[in-house]
Amino acid sequence: MRKVFDFHGGIHPAENKHQSLRTPIASAGVPAELILPLSQHIGAPAEPIVEVGQRVLKGQVVAAASGFVSVPVHAPTSGQVTAIEDRLIAHPSGLSAPCIVITSDGLDQWQECQPVADYHSVDKADLLARIRDAGIAGMGGAGFPTAVKLTVKPQAPIATLILNGTECEPYITADDILMRERAQHIIEGAQILSHLIEPSEVLIGIEDNKPESIAAMQVAAQGTGIEIVVFPTKYPSGGEKQLIEILTGKQVPSGGLPADIGVICQNVGSAVAVRDAILEGKPLISRVVTVTGEAVEEPQNLEALIGTPMSYLLQTAGYQAAKNQRLIMGGPMMGFTVPDADVPIVKTTNCILAPSAAELPAPPPAQPCIRCGMCAEACPASLLPQQLFWFAQGKEFEKAEQHNLFDCIECGACSYVCPSTIPLVQYYRAAKAEVIQIRQDAEKSEHSRLRFEARQARKEREEAEKEAKRAARKKAAEEKARLAAEQGDAQEDPIQAAIERAKAKKAAQASGGDAESELEKLEKLVITTRKRLETASTKLEAAKAEGSEHVDALQLGVDKTSAKLAAAEQALHAYQQANPSPDIPAPAAPDDAAQAAIERAMAARQADAAKSPEEKARESLQKLEARLAKSEARLQEGRAAGEEEKIIIALESTVERLREKVAAGKAQLKQAETC
Amino acid sequence: MSLMRITSPHAHGPSRTSRVMQQVLLATLPGVIVLTHFFGFGTLVNIFWAGILAVAFEALALKLRKRPLGFYLGDYSALVTAVLLGIALPPYSPWWLIAVGIASAILLAKHLYGGLGYNPFNPAMVGYVVLLISFPVQMTSWAPPRGAGELPGLIDALQACFLPASFDGVTMATPLDLLKQNDSLLMEDLWQANPQFGRWGGLGWEWASIAFLAGGLWLLYQRVFTWHAPLSMLATLTLMAALFYDGGSSASGGSPLFHLLSGATMFGAFFIVTDPVSSAVSVRGRLIYGALIGLLVYLIRIFGNYPDAVAFAVLIMNLAAPFIDQYTQPRTYGHARQGGDR
Amino acid sequence: MYALIAQYPLLAALFALVSLGAVFGAILGYAAVRFKAEGNPIVDQINAILPQTQCGQCGHPGCRPYAEAIAAGEEINKCPPGGQAGVQALADLLDVEAPTLDEEHGEEKVPHVAYIHEDDCIGCTKCIQACPVDAILGAAKHMHTVIVSECTGCDLCVDPCPVDCIDMIPEDETLRSWHWQLPDPNSRQVDIIATDAAAEAAA
Repeated sequence: MRKVFDFHGGIHPAENKHQSLRTPIASAGVPAELILPLSQHIGAPAEPIVEVGQRVLKGQVVAAASGFVSVPVHAPTSGQVTAIEDRLIAHPSGLSAPCIVITSDGLDQWQECQPVADYHSVDKADLLARIRDAGIAGMGGAGFPTAVKLTVKPQAPIATLILNGTECEPYITADDILMRERAQHIIEGAQILSHLIEPSEVLIGIEDNKPESIAAMQVAAQGTGIEIVVFPTKYPSGGEKQLIEILTGKQVPSGGLPADIGVICQNVGSAVAVRDAILEGKPLISRVVTVTGEAVEEPQNLEALIGTPMSYLLQTAGYQAAKNQRLIMGGPMMGFTVPDADVPIVKTTNCILAPSAAELPAPPPAQPCIRCGMCAEACPASLLPQQLFWFAQGKEFEKAEQHNLFDCIECGACSYVCPSTIPLVQYYRAAKAEVIQIRQDAEKSEHSRLRFEARQARKEREEAEKEAKRAARKKAAEEKARLAAEQGDAQEDPIQAAIERAKAKKAAQASGGDAESELEKLEKLVITTRKRLETASTKLEAAKAEGSEHVDALQLGVDKTSAKLAAAEQALHAYQQANPSPDIPAPAAPDDAAQAAIERAMAARQADAAKSPEEKARESLQKLEARLAKSEARLQEGRAAGEEEKIIIALESTVERLREKVAAGKAQLKQAETC
Repeated sequence: MSLMRITSPHAHGPSRTSRVMQQVLLATLPGVIVLTHFFGFGTLVNIFWAGILAVAFEALALKLRKRPLGFYLGDYSALVTAVLLGIALPPYSPWWLIAVGIASAILLAKHLYGGLGYNPFNPAMVGYVVLLISFPVQMTSWAPPRGAGELPGLIDALQACFLPASFDGVTMATPLDLLKQNDSLLMEDLWQANPQFGRWGGLGWEWASIAFLAGGLWLLYQRVFTWHAPLSMLATLTLMAALFYDGGSSASGGSPLFHLLSGATMFGAFFIVTDPVSSAVSVRGRLIYGALIGLLVYLIRIFGNYPDAVAFAVLIMNLAAPFIDQYTQPRTYGHARQGGDR
Repeated sequence: MYALIAQYPLLAALFALVSLGAVFGAILGYAAVRFKAEGNPIVDQINAILPQTQCGQCGHPGCRPYAEAIAAGEEINKCPPGGQAGVQALADLLDVEAPTLDEEHGEEKVPHVAYIHEDDCIGCTKCIQACPVDAILGAAKHMHTVIVSECTGCDLCVDPCPVDCIDMIPEDETLRSWHWQLPDPNSRQVDIIATDAAAEAAA
């Protein structure tokens, strides 16, 4: 007899398994409509490869795997694809997801199957490809693609292959009945898996509350070298990590995979699926589902096609909707409530639980935690649930992480034993999601920061390049001038120099132009012109007195200067009139469009903050109306000018949208006024 | 009809806070009966008066804090505090003494910190210590047990509580007091000179202790708490007493049996140390917590100023509980074993 | 020397204290230089907390300028995208009391992304210029579109659009983004302390 180990904690909830074990597995039949969610497994959703209206055969691929960690989806029966759309799926969120909807034609016509007669003679990679193409994903609950699990190459060679026949969740008997009725198929599947990964031992773990299964499996396993290991019943011994500890005494390292310690774990249902895929060439299109709970009259196990609506199976088992107030996919410990009875079953659906209100009563209001420590005693991961609860409640997620929040397997043992009926698992789920969200936000923010900085750097570089070009042009011009000066005669030199000076001055003014206000410039101009006029006048007087021949020329100059002075004075006057308070310099024009937008938005917000909602509404309405008028005018203009049709259409829709907005704004204003 | 959407697990075990509290109340019964047998109705009157006050104060505090009364009163926690304090107080305590004690316990130690589950100190022990420090005379005068004097009747007991002036009960020192003030040479002399020592640890008290032990064992059997803290406390106390006991000279601190069966040792070990709210939570943490309480009880009994020490020891260790928790986190599944204090 | 010190105990004490002070001062000074902590400059730490939407609601052109302003003493409650959680994180970092979010700079909203009504877009590139993280793709006279994964929801592209074809739409809840929320303390009476806080907030 093999030594079995114990794991920390665990609980013994009422099993309630006998109800659904009274009859053998029955076929559920083919419903009129099958809904196939594209994501029934962990990993990337499959991609549809059929079109609406297309006829498909049973077993035909309707959606292909879209990555390494992904599996295809097959048509569970023959019929027509009637829709590829979002449908409500079995998920605690109650959200919809893309599904392929197939209307059955009632023929249930198979496509051609290609079984492998002797898998020993086939290449292992080919076998793996077949398992993957058969769409097999872990059928115990998580739905991890089986082929991926078998492909992952660990550092350590796989010493142990474990088939999980534990089924520790109360109520569920799908694996139990599978082991009773199809023990031979499980063993064949185990042999194929064993052939693929070549472990030194193959173990099938079963809890001691399933004597019939144990007997059947022992008979089937005789002479194969596969060992059936029986261990005491305790929830959650069927958890992968717990089962590995029970059978091998080793613990899967935190954050690691079983393969890291040389173990691979597969559900017995997956083993049967593998066997069917290889020996019969059939993809995974059906599974055994336990339909149980007090709200069904005949609890039983049904072999149901993937995509069958839950309501169809419930009806088969005699569903009494009035007795039922929550519908659970999975067991009472880890299953989740579904939003509607019409959601389809998927590859991971092992149980549909329809309890009556008396059977699983609604949780009473939570009382304060008294730190009794029962949760810590029950925790199979040796966590301190009460501390985690404390941190989650206080939103101290960092501390929760330090207390190994992510090693929680959400088995629910802590909630089960909690005398204060605190929904502990919900706290952990929310806290985990929150931690992941924070990590993602941090990543996104870091990413945005890098992009922003890259943009800033690019802009600076562009600016620098422009500046460099400008400088190069200027230098070239100077060079040219210097060359010309060297070649030209000496007399031109001072003139050239003067030109240069003027140019330099102008350039200086242009570059520093913003600093020197318009007003100052004008004033300066007036003053300098006046000075020049004065000197010119005195010279003219002197020349007249001397009776110089230059009088005429000087006279002309004086006239010209005085005209200039008049013009400058007029300009100054005009400027002063236009700007009534010339003492305060006009605000420097914002040099950046974004900056300008920010400032405008700031000002608007500040103004908004002081206003009542009514005023706000009225103001926004006015703005909208103004915008509408503008847009309409622009549209008229555009039409008149016979602009491109595209632009006209764009303008038209703008006007339309603005009109809608104006209408909405009016309604809002009315509401604000009535308030 | 819309389907309910809640998180798993959907099944829930039978344990409830109110049930735990009821079990604790039930478990005190043997001890209370024995105490009543030896000391008369004083303890019962204590408990009833304390219970009425506790519920009233609890209701008042809940009202002030705008909490639903029925929901929080239904957890029986106030009643447990009252019964524990009622047992710990000397029989025939005056009504005001109990009122002050309960007020300190419920208002000060419990609701000022946020109510059940949030109190860092054991409320009953806070009430007890407040009284012990404020009214040492009343708190150290125990009625003589059956066999050492005449027992008062129920009427006398009520008078002692509500009309203290009219009651002139006889009081006498407890064995722990005597041990502290002893001036004879041998333990044996002390024993013979004072009948209240009884056979092992105090006339009456030794039997009450055994009754509390029985109640505690029943609670253990009911899995209301784990064995770690009480056993570790008793073991440490026994060890300390054995180390310092020299076989009978009066300089030594009393035999291990004497320490186990006198004073509040058993009562404390099973009803005070096991209070989950104010104690350490992990298994190792509870072992350390219990052991340190045992150590402190012995040290304070022998070297301290007060005759008994359970209340002080528990309060001091309440302070240390979060610290102990910090360093005794269990090793989580899948984490390295040689992680030291992980 | 010894005689002198022995004669005046006061001097001895003074001497001892001064020399001790000198020795330890020297050691501390040396340690300060030798083991200088090359810490993250405070601006970088602040910037790491800011959400990097670059939206400018704080009145600064981008998150880093605001981080610099905070380091220089500006209020820490001007960042609506960071929300109250962000204010709290900044308060923790700077070891100050956390103020409430300044409503003047906007309210905390669920994350949004910009969406360009592509039929209406005239290809003016104005939004591209306004986008602080280059999350808008397009060329002149060609339709533009938003790279959703890069958009920070900063709002800056909405105003410049001449045909008003950009809307800010809240991010959809998907199967991937959905998760369980913490139980509501008010409805289920889970937590006494939290209800206290809620009652105070309501008052």
